[in-house]
Amino acid sequence: MEILHKVPRIRFMAQRKICYVISAVIVIGSLAAEAVNGLNLAVDFTGGVVIEASYSGTADLDRTRAALHSAGYADVQVQNFGSSKDVLVRLPPLAAGESANAVTQKIETALRTVDPGAQLRRTEVVGPQVGKELVVKGLTAMAITVLLILVYIAFRFRWKFGVGAVLATLHDPFVVIGVFAISGMTFDLTVLAAVLAVIGYSINETVVVFDRVRELFPQMRKATPLEVFDRAINETLSRTLITKFATLIVVVALYAFGGEALRGFGLALIVGILAVTYSSMYVASGVALDLGSAHRDLMPSERRAPVDDLP
Amino acid sequence: MNRYPLWKSLLFAGVMLLALALALPNVFGSAPALQLSRKDGELFKGVGAAQPFLDQLAREQVTPDASFVEAGRVVMRFADVPTQLKARDLIEASAPGAYAIATTFASRAPAWVRAIGLKPMSLGLDLRGGIYLVYEVDVDGAVKQTLQRLERDYRLALREKKIQYESVEGGAGGIAVTIKDPTKLEAAKSALAAVDPDVTLAASEATLRATLSEAQVKKRQDFAIQQNITALGNRVNALGVSEASVQRQGANRIAVQLPGVQDASEVIRLLGKTATLEFRLVDQTGNALEAQQTGRPPLGTKLYKERNGRPVLLKREVIVSGEQLTDATSTFQQGEPAVSIRLDARGGEEMLRTTRENLGKPMAVVFIERERQLRDQGGQKVAIDVTKEEVINTATIRGVFSNQFQITGLTGREGQELAKLLRAGALAAPVFIVEQRLIGPSLGQDNIDKGMRALLIGSALLFAFMMAYYSAFGLVANFVLICNVVLLTACLSLFGAALTLPGIAGIMLTVGMAVDANILIYERIREELRLGNTPHAAIKAGFEKALSAIADANFTTLIAGVVLFLFGTGPIKGFAVVLSVGILTTLFTALMGTRTVIGLFWGQRASIKHLPV
Repeated sequence: MEILHKVPRIRFMAQRKICYVISAVIVIGSLAAEAVNGLNLAVDFTGGVVIEASYSGTADLDRTRAALHSAGYADVQVQNFGSSKDVLVRLPPLAAGESANAVTQKIETALRTVDPGAQLRRTEVVGPQVGKELVVKGLTAMAITVLLILVYIAFRFRWKFGVGAVLATLHDPFVVIGVFAISGMTFDLTVLAAVLAVIGYSINETVVVFDRVRELFPQMRKATPLEVFDRAINETLSRTLITKFATLIVVVALYAFGGEALRGFGLALIVGILAVTYSSMYVASGVALDLGSAHRDLMPSERRAPVDDLP
Repeated sequence: MNRYPLWKSLLFAGVMLLALALALPNVFGSAPALQLSRKDGELFKGVGAAQPFLDQLAREQVTPDASFVEAGRVVMRFADVPTQLKARDLIEASAPGAYAIATTFASRAPAWVRAIGLKPMSLGLDLRGGIYLVYEVDVDGAVKQTLQRLERDYRLALREKKIQYESVEGGAGGIAVTIKDPTKLEAAKSALAAVDPDVTLAASEATLRATLSEAQVKKRQDFAIQQNITALGNRVNALGVSEASVQRQGANRIAVQLPGVQDASEVIRLLGKTATLEFRLVDQTGNALEAQQTGRPPLGTKLYKERNGRPVLLKREVIVSGEQLTDATSTFQQGEPAVSIRLDARGGEEMLRTTRENLGKPMAVVFIERERQLRDQGGQKVAIDVTKEEVINTATIRGVFSNQFQITGLTGREGQELAKLLRAGALAAPVFIVEQRLIGPSLGQDNIDKGMRALLIGSALLFAFMMAYYSAFGLVANFVLICNVVLLTACLSLFGAALTLPGIAGIMLTVGMAVDANILIYERIREELRLGNTPHAAIKAGFEKALSAIADANFTTLIAGVVLFLFGTGPIKGFAVVLSVGILTTLFTALMGTRTVIGLFWGQRASIKHLPV
């Protein structure tokens, strides 16, 4: 089976200006969504209490809420989690001196008044300081990853390619984070891990196209750089689509069958892979082209004879 | 002809055989088990050690599926959780308090697999349930304590040297000592320096300023954390939980993982015990046994028990208590195991006076543990502080000493144990819980089931797609992917890494991304065929030309994996390990494995008309 029997001749690079606009809209839209909706950050980052409980029958969320209110917890979120029997209770960070253990027990008691068979499946109590540190660590990790990749690409290719790759790479997490801001899905530690994996994946894709550009430049001495980039993208297109499809199969299975705990992770990767497909074709190559990549950037350096300045 | 060098094919086959053996124990899965360790610190030895328990359980018609001795502990595996819990209650009831009984999981692997030392991947807390606690140590409090102690010792030292002082004031980061007679500044300086030579002293007019340098502050903070790790480690050991871990996390935190443990409040109470210690003289006149029977120790003495239960009478006066202990390490003194102890100035002075007057007499170290217990009192839960006192060591005073001395006459193991107990008993900096996660066992099993289901469905769909798209070569890719997962599992089992839910996601992502290497190669081969090259030339060129793209692409993903590992905590670290190791196994299997298999089926033939790609 083959989807593209012949190498297509799509003029990708001609459309790159339009794509810059689209990308700018996506990034700004994502930032706006984060500003307006905000990210639904998990307790991993905000600190606080999360309790997952399983009722023997269908959980009555209103009664649960009322029971927790009367137990002294005014600022409490209660929602279904996975099935109608499972509830997720979330509280803001504990006040200083409040014991995590005592709070857990009080909540368990409150839930038992609603359903005597209620079982706690998971409790997580995270101090606000721990969460703040995780945010800093997460951002640092992203910055370091991007920086190291820039250095690697600049070393393996040329700095113009490095800049293109990094811009494409930065573009992708924005798309993922934007989707989480709009959908209101919980952004937890595993989603952060997925976002970092997307960064790695994005680079992976860009490198495949760049690798082909590097290979084609010496062969297409008479062609313009734009033609070289177009040909490289076209020649790798079949592989790009098949690989993306193969990875998507796995990630969609993760989203659909992995349970509540892996749903966010799956979604982040699905969105990430779609974003990567687009950005590795348009953003990375487009930027490298517009920075003026030319034959001399990628040709094997000619050995120059030592210049004799002496009279 | 397109044969892959024989040695490379053999290398691939060899590595895969080894990987299969290492990954094998994971196939059997695990079952609920009990793990017994003796509370008196002795180890279970020999195959027969489990027999008494088996006999006892057999009387109640409870039969474990398997039992064996591992690292001094008896492990018994059961068919299900109810049987496991029944067995636990039976053993506990027959000998209350004699054994630490941990409920855990044990591999279902047959005995011969265990005998050659193969072990399955351990499961993370999110997959098997358990408690995860992060304690924060108040390191600033520890430094403050040090300064307070120093302030007290300085006053004492000046008084002793008869140097009159205006004031001795402790402030942030240092102590200011102002003396009345500026001419005695040098004398004062040497007196203070004798208290603790590590402290920097700066003189100006009649004032001496004592400060802790950055390095000293750090040293003290490290000591405080080390002390707490020791104390927590001891208590965790006492719980008898298998695969429990106590680890330093960052600058001032300690992470405690207790797999399989469910009763959070009980555990936190046990871990939150505070301990201290006292040095006392042994009373040699009274009769300890008689005092135990009558319950009336002679005047001026107090009745204690040694660790082995023997009664002993100690003098009422405390020579030195735990807050005066500054360090305790196990060392060697003239080739003999010893515990080296350091006291602060006041403690040293007391010790000097006592040893001078009691040369040749025995001295005891008492370990005191306080814990808060909830007791039922007329239906109401009341918190009561319970104190447990125990003599952990008695030794004869062999010389006059003050703030530095050794306890000898111990075995190497005893010495380490005593040093540990002393450190745990010294006044440690306060700790509080900043993170607490409890995962129930049912949720853990759910996570495993769902994770594995997603992995199987995803892989099956991917395999079907690859076969449909690349026919026989697709089959090769699928075979290589399976090799990849086997090798990845083997590596993780070998490193003893714990599999977490994000780890399963990492395996899936590895599978999803590893197939890219095969696709890159196959697309290249197709391109070469389209250009009119012969099948053999196409295979050769396909591998060669795809190599740089595969290498670059995987290396950049590896960068992301390593950074994740360095910055991640807990489950994220698990994901990072799987992702990074997965990239390495992908490179190995996709390049070497694919080449070997293709060489095996298509490389031998002199001419091929058509490639099934």
